Amino acid sequence: MYRTKIFDHVILLFGVFIMVAPVVVAFMTSTHEAADIHRNGLSLTWGGHFVETYQTVLTREGGFTGKITGFNMMLNSMILGLGFAVGKIVLSMLAAYALVYFRFPLATFFFWVIFTTLLLPLEVRILPSYEVMNTLKLTNTYTGLIVPLLASATGTFYFRQFFKSVPDELLEAARIDGAGPFKFFIDVLVPLSRTMMAAIFIIMFVYGWNQYLWPTLMTTDEGFFTLVRGIKQILLVWVGSNIPDYNEAFALAILAMLPPVMIVVIFQRWFIKGLTESDK
Amino acid sequence: MTTATDLLPASRGGTGTKTGGRRFGAFRFFGGQSNSGGEGAAKRVQFSSPFLPYLFLAPQLAIIFIFFYWPSVQAIQSSFYLEDPFGFGSTFVGMTNYTDVLKSGEYLGIARFTAVFTALVTFFALSIGLLLAVKADGVIRGNAAYKTLLIWVYAIAPPVAGLIGMMFFDQHIGPIVELARWFGWDIKVGLNYFDTAFSMVVVSVWKQIPYNFIFFLSGLQGIPVSVREAAAIDCRSGFRRFWTVILPLLAPTAFFLLIINVTYALFDTFGVIDVMVKDKAANNPITLVYKVYMDGFRGNDLGGSSAQSVILMLIVFVLTIFQFRFIERRVHYN
Repeated sequence: MYRTKIFDHVILLFGVFIMVAPVVVAFMTSTHEAADIHRNGLSLTWGGHFVETYQTVLTREGGFTGKITGFNMMLNSMILGLGFAVGKIVLSMLAAYALVYFRFPLATFFFWVIFTTLLLPLEVRILPSYEVMNTLKLTNTYTGLIVPLLASATGTFYFRQFFKSVPDELLEAARIDGAGPFKFFIDVLVPLSRTMMAAIFIIMFVYGWNQYLWPTLMTTDEGFFTLVRGIKQILLVWVGSNIPDYNEAFALAILAMLPPVMIVVIFQRWFIKGLTESDK
Repeated sequence: MTTATDLLPASRGGTGTKTGGRRFGAFRFFGGQSNSGGEGAAKRVQFSSPFLPYLFLAPQLAIIFIFFYWPSVQAIQSSFYLEDPFGFGSTFVGMTNYTDVLKSGEYLGIARFTAVFTALVTFFALSIGLLLAVKADGVIRGNAAYKTLLIWVYAIAPPVAGLIGMMFFDQHIGPIVELARWFGWDIKVGLNYFDTAFSMVVVSVWKQIPYNFIFFLSGLQGIPVSVREAAAIDCRSGFRRFWTVILPLLAPTAFFLLIINVTYALFDTFGVIDVMVKDKAANNPITLVYKVYMDGFRGNDLGGSSAQSVILMLIVFVLTIFQFRFIERRVHYN
């Protein structure tokens, strides 16, 4: 019995090593100088150039236009992540509220219309979506970056399930007290959904921040680049140069993963709840 | 905060089996079975208002119509047309785009690679995730620490994972390349087809392990202690117990994850692949989604790209229907 437990720990530690080591190495290496990395390879020790490298990456103006900084890209990522998460919560809560708490003739039809979106991910309709965005002149705008990603039912599905688990007595009581649809929503349902909102916010923020394909299509103007979208540009520049700026590439990778990783680690309980109960 | 959680039935534990159940509940609609029970009539008491529900639904519906239905219809439509490369109109060509695509040796080669890639990524991501979840479920000491350390990679975006992967497979500084050299294998990512494919699979699996781990772990923790104890009395061999009791109970979770992993390997690995082939797709392995992207945005072949999109839509559609059907059957036994 005791021996098998030790074996379990060995497997788990090996798993942790596989998952964690690459990122630790990436971080440690980013604190070395480029020439140093070129000579000695990746590193597990502290290189002492943390401040310089990260300052350069965040503030140096680069790109083809020479205007975009790492800080700008981070800001764009933040706008995308927050905008997507907030938009998702607002839209899907309203829609789920209508579907669960109202009796109206077209309810089943609209339910279908909304939930069919679960069948086709954005990736299979990228080109026509892009054409639509062109027609609407929404390329290189924050609207074009965020709103099309909202066209799916994941959040609505989630809130619908939750609203259904809310006891009917609450609505009965609220109606006896004279509360209308707006008052019930704001004063009863929203406070009740706080945990759900937090959980879905975390999932959606990470999802939005990590978007790659859609930002790649939508933004050609470097002023709208997100960190994740900028990754390829870094690599393309890096391929041509003599001594590649490994340190800066690693530093940008670390910056691009920092906010979502922090959120997942800090709000782990809500994150797991949101993930396993929303299915996406 | 506490009130909300208290109101949720079984908000703790049981998530794994519930995963199946929840999806099942909503998707019965897709199966075409009407349900007069709890699903259909949502609430005993409801508001009735002539315009409010439409008002609340309007934003979501507007976005779905503009950014989901419009492009989807357009994809199907333009897959039957041949677009003039200089933008002077288009002509109806029927199924030509489809037959062209399906007859092209290049496309079939990519389809084959996509199938192999998907199978490998799904298999390894699922089995490693399951192994770690079973072990993490078994140990008491350090349980929480293992959990945190194993799940946080979930938050890393695929292209960022690809970038880190590129470094580890780099010709000059990559430790994996050096390690392989010890065994006489000279990895050349970006030059050698097989090596590039290998590195893509490794990075894609690495990125997906945490997701599977989370779901398997919550599935395992949802198995009642009484069931485990009964199994432990009946069968001494832990390994056999796992195969005959635990794994069948995990089947709904595993099947759900299978579909999710296939979808991940087909679509979400785009970032990994794009970063690793760096626009030199010519002699590198790519997946079907990447091909759609290349033809549509680099090759300006609107019709062909749309036809490929529709083919992908069909694949996803079949996968999803398959998933609903299967889950329906599974839950029946529970």
